[in-house]
Amino acid sequence: MQTSKLAISHVYKIFGSDDAAALGLLRQGRSKQDILAETGATVGVQDASFEVEEGEIFVVMGLSGSGKSTLVRTLNGLIPPTAGQILIDGEDVAQADPAALRRIRREKISMIFQHFALFPHWSVAENVAYSLKITGMPRDERRARALEVLEQVGLAPWADSLPSDLSGGMQQRVGLARGLAADPDILLMDEPFGALDPLIRREMQMELLNLQQKLKKTIVFITHDLNEALLLGSRIAIMKDGRIVQIGTAQEIVTAPADDYVAAFVADIDRGRVFTADHVSNKPVTIQLRQTSVRDALRMMEQGGSNALYVMDGERVAGVVTYQDLAACEMDKSTPPPTLQGALITDFPTADTTTSLSDLYGAAGSGLPIAVTDERERLLAVVEPSDVLNHLSGEPAAELAAIPATNGKEQAHVQSR
Amino acid sequence: MFSPADLATLPFDDWVNAFVRGWLVPNFRPVFRAAQVPISMVLDWLDALFNWLPMLLTTALFGAAAWKTAGRGMAIFTLLGFAFIDMIGLWPETMTTLAMIITSVLFCAVIGIPAGILAARSDLFWRIVRPILDVMQTIPSFVYLVPIVMLFGVGMAPGIIATIVFALPPIVRLTNLGIRNVRGDLIEAADAFGSTGWQTLWDLQLPLAMRTIMAGLNQTLMLSLSMVVIAALIGAGGLGLIVNTGLGRMDVGQATAGGAAIVILAIVLDRITQGLAEQNGVSRAPLRQTLANFLRLRGSAAPVGAQKAG
Repeated sequence: MQTSKLAISHVYKIFGSDDAAALGLLRQGRSKQDILAETGATVGVQDASFEVEEGEIFVVMGLSGSGKSTLVRTLNGLIPPTAGQILIDGEDVAQADPAALRRIRREKISMIFQHFALFPHWSVAENVAYSLKITGMPRDERRARALEVLEQVGLAPWADSLPSDLSGGMQQRVGLARGLAADPDILLMDEPFGALDPLIRREMQMELLNLQQKLKKTIVFITHDLNEALLLGSRIAIMKDGRIVQIGTAQEIVTAPADDYVAAFVADIDRGRVFTADHVSNKPVTIQLRQTSVRDALRMMEQGGSNALYVMDGERVAGVVTYQDLAACEMDKSTPPPTLQGALITDFPTADTTTSLSDLYGAAGSGLPIAVTDERERLLAVVEPSDVLNHLSGEPAAELAAIPATNGKEQAHVQSR
Repeated sequence: MFSPADLATLPFDDWVNAFVRGWLVPNFRPVFRAAQVPISMVLDWLDALFNWLPMLLTTALFGAAAWKTAGRGMAIFTLLGFAFIDMIGLWPETMTTLAMIITSVLFCAVIGIPAGILAARSDLFWRIVRPILDVMQTIPSFVYLVPIVMLFGVGMAPGIIATIVFALPPIVRLTNLGIRNVRGDLIEAADAFGSTGWQTLWDLQLPLAMRTIMAGLNQTLMLSLSMVVIAALIGAGGLGLIVNTGLGRMDVGQATAGGAAIVILAIVLDRITQGLAEQNGVSRAPLRQTLANFLRLRGSAAPVGAQKAG
């Protein structure tokens, strides 16, 4: 039917007896407050539509009361939506009968809760095996699977402890393991790290990203913490008053907030963590070590308005030359004809496409352009130090915003003759 | 002075008489008679068992159970108390009373726990059941003794039915309370993983409510004991009969002896069941294990394995 793992369209949830009337009013564009006054119904979610691709972490961000927890519970039918369509692999959860719903929950979608919701009377392993137990898997088999999953989250030694013997962070690992045990395609995570202290939260975020690299689950992640959203989210939906106000990548949301609400949110976030070398890099203009003369190199710099160029030795990056050094060579008439070799700086700063701007900041201090290379040391792009600083200060040059995000991946060598 | 009775008087007592005598008894007497068959069977079996078991063995079993659940002091009290009962010559009556109490508690549990579960799962059912329980708890037991005799006759089984009516409410209430008090997020988690209602009930709600349910069972047990004397009025034997006979003959000594035996039995049973409930308090023992423990306590004198088995 379509490629999205999870697609919802025009989902509404209204709490109250007269939800049909409230839905009508809502569709006429009346506000939440008006509807509460008129019908006594509370609007939880209004007109939510989005698609989540396989293997993506889709973050739903909003303050408390924004409807994000309600929204995520409509996805697995814990809260049936008032109207709308929720397709998991093309099957509509909103229309599913109880048996179908149970099957979907057992096989396709699992959930991880803010307050862990571990069963206090069972050991860690039994908790993890819960989703398998209810499908009728024999005891030994499900214990083996539980231990396997506990191994992944680093809790195998605690398999026979009770949840109450574990710290908060460890309990949530158990929650995560329980969610993973039945190997569902989709994980719903309802503020999973919200009840943890900041250091543990950070650790868990990193662990989730690591796990996700291996597991490639489709994750819908709820949070009220924008930094968490920006760190984890492939894409982010921002909710306010039950409505999704913007959906986009972290960078899109930070650079082009849809409205004042989102703008206020992103005003004081750490841009250095959101943006990577990819966002500020330019196509590299390079010269060849053995072919380009000093004079040509100087001319190219004057034309391009840059004060340094990367020098290639064949496919390899040999180093970087600055205008200053080359100009000094050119002036110096005492030696035989000057070559690039003499002015070559081999100790140049490098980064890869995913290096964050806050990590580039130090390298930018050297004043030399930063080489963006791939794992085989090939030059993909070049980052000008001034662009890093401009971007961090929140005023990206107009041209930068216009560069497509994929540009760093192109192997674009502009070579001069 | 004007009062509503000047306008009209209601022959309420006649209505009740007409309902019970004129309709319920003639039409349903065989049904009620049949209904007491299982009660009689269980009671006869238990009565025979307890009167067959040698006094010393029974005492040893109860002593061991008390030791396991309530500590050494209670075990010593049990041994001395049971010896005292034997020495005042009331051992057979005490065993009959014990059989009656266990029978009524058993039937209260069989009726009350499912009713409590249903009440916890359906607000409608709870709204219907609640006033009935209120009536059952507040109506003086002498009021329903008469219709019970009319419907069931006199004897042990009708006495137990009267006891069940009196002792049923706490187990229903506390089962309902225990299940409703299971944390909502745990139930939501079970739902989110695709549990059926039965699975949630069996895996989560019952084990986590077990402590409260056991408290309800304890209450039911105590109420059953307090009905012993009243039930004897309609032909239930045992210690109640001793007390009633003593009362009728103005024999203070006999009435007090019967009363003392009831009190000793009450204390022993109360402490043992409370101990059971508290061991469950960690709320980690699953239902199966709790029942197993309970049976093991009755079935053998061997010390029961530590609760940490699970």
